[in-house]
Amino acid sequence: MLPRVTVADYGIGNLRSVLRALEACGADAALSSDPEEVAVAERLILPGVGAFAQGMDELRRRDLIEPIQSFARTGRPFLGICLGMQMMLATGHEFGTHAGLGLMAGTVEALPVCGAGGRPHKIPHIGWNRIFASGGWARTILAGLEDAVVYFVHSYVAVPELAAVRFAECDYDGSRFVAAVRSENLYGCQFHPEKSGPTGLRILANFLALA
Amino acid sequence: MPNIRLIARLDVKGPNLIKGVHLEGVRVVGNPGEHARAYYKQGIDELLYVDAVASLYQRDSLAEIVRSVSKDVFVPMTVAGGVRGVRDVEEMLRSGADKVAINSAAVRRPGLIGEVSRRFGSQCMVLSIEAQSAGPGRWEACIDNGREATGLDAVDWAICGVALGAGEILLTSVNREGTYTGFDCELVRRVARAVPVPVIASGGMGTLAHLRQVVVDGAADAVAIAGVLHYGRLALTDIRAFAEAAGFCVRR
Repeated sequence: MLPRVTVADYGIGNLRSVLRALEACGADAALSSDPEEVAVAERLILPGVGAFAQGMDELRRRDLIEPIQSFARTGRPFLGICLGMQMMLATGHEFGTHAGLGLMAGTVEALPVCGAGGRPHKIPHIGWNRIFASGGWARTILAGLEDAVVYFVHSYVAVPELAAVRFAECDYDGSRFVAAVRSENLYGCQFHPEKSGPTGLRILANFLALA
Repeated sequence: MPNIRLIARLDVKGPNLIKGVHLEGVRVVGNPGEHARAYYKQGIDELLYVDAVASLYQRDSLAEIVRSVSKDVFVPMTVAGGVRGVRDVEEMLRSGADKVAINSAAVRRPGLIGEVSRRFGSQCMVLSIEAQSAGPGRWEACIDNGREATGLDAVDWAICGVALGAGEILLTSVNREGTYTGFDCELVRRVARAVPVPVIASGGMGTLAHLRQVVVDGAADAVAIAGVLHYGRLALTDIRAFAEAAGFCVRR
């Protein structure tokens, strides 16, 4: 049977790209903005691009905040992508201070405007960068992907409180930031697996294979 | 060590991949979907589709191409040409695009830049500037594939576009486009130094040395490559190997 996965549809982001990448991995993937369906999904993906506050507003407008929080407590596999990962944190500091989903303690902060040597660098950070393990990757979505190069596009980064949830890191021009977080079956990645070529598809396939 | 993106630029007209000179005098090269899939397999970092006929008609064919390609190409795709409003952006994103690049409509109504950026995020809003030389050290922004001058200074317009919400600049030199004589490095450097967002240099790639020049002298963050790829004059693997040897960080 094809692995089933629900992609939370809250009117934001490149939902189609995420669906197509999951389908390429052999998943039975469906979009849903239905609070009930989201809460009882087998696996849940929260994609997203754009601003933190707008993302949370769109989730709230569709009554999806509580269903996502309750899904996260079930221990079933969850993956937040880019803004979807950032919203997993407790608080966002993009255009003001906003409450996130609170699946993990921590905040979302702007990337430093200067790089190594104090020279200003380009924001948003757009590009393919190597990710480094901070914690073991065996039997996780990054299994077998040591030193993988993946696609980033972002101006903000997650800063989790607990070092233990820092799962992968990346270096942008001298700034080390959290590229992925993990707490049991709750995963978040700042990069876009759906746009990271064959490497990204392997990450999604690993996610689909989580028990 | 600059980390650069190599972007395949595919100009399309109706169902065909085309290539012109100075954005005009186009020749049919082949099938845009086949080229896109081949570049993906060879490890291209991004794809950029440009609808060359300003999309007064036939826009559906571009959406159709993107829809089909996005089923088996999993790198970022940008679509340019004929995007006039938020609804056009929505349609392109629904078809599988990740970003849109806007030129003419943004010149005619700069407020569109903020509308797109607020609705979809600045990373989705690429300001496309077609720059025509207007004397030493000066460039004028053009619309409608370089045909119509706007009176806007290209560097000033880039600064203004970023202030309005553009998250990236696609900078095409009309003078160099399709000539294989190298990028207008001075133009690229002026814009890249003037704005805090990434700049994609487009127009003029003919040799590997041109790539090094536009990154080192032009400070380009990304490089759009068209004719040399489409006609097989340069292979992506060789371009990447050269970039690495030149000390640039590229995807392996």
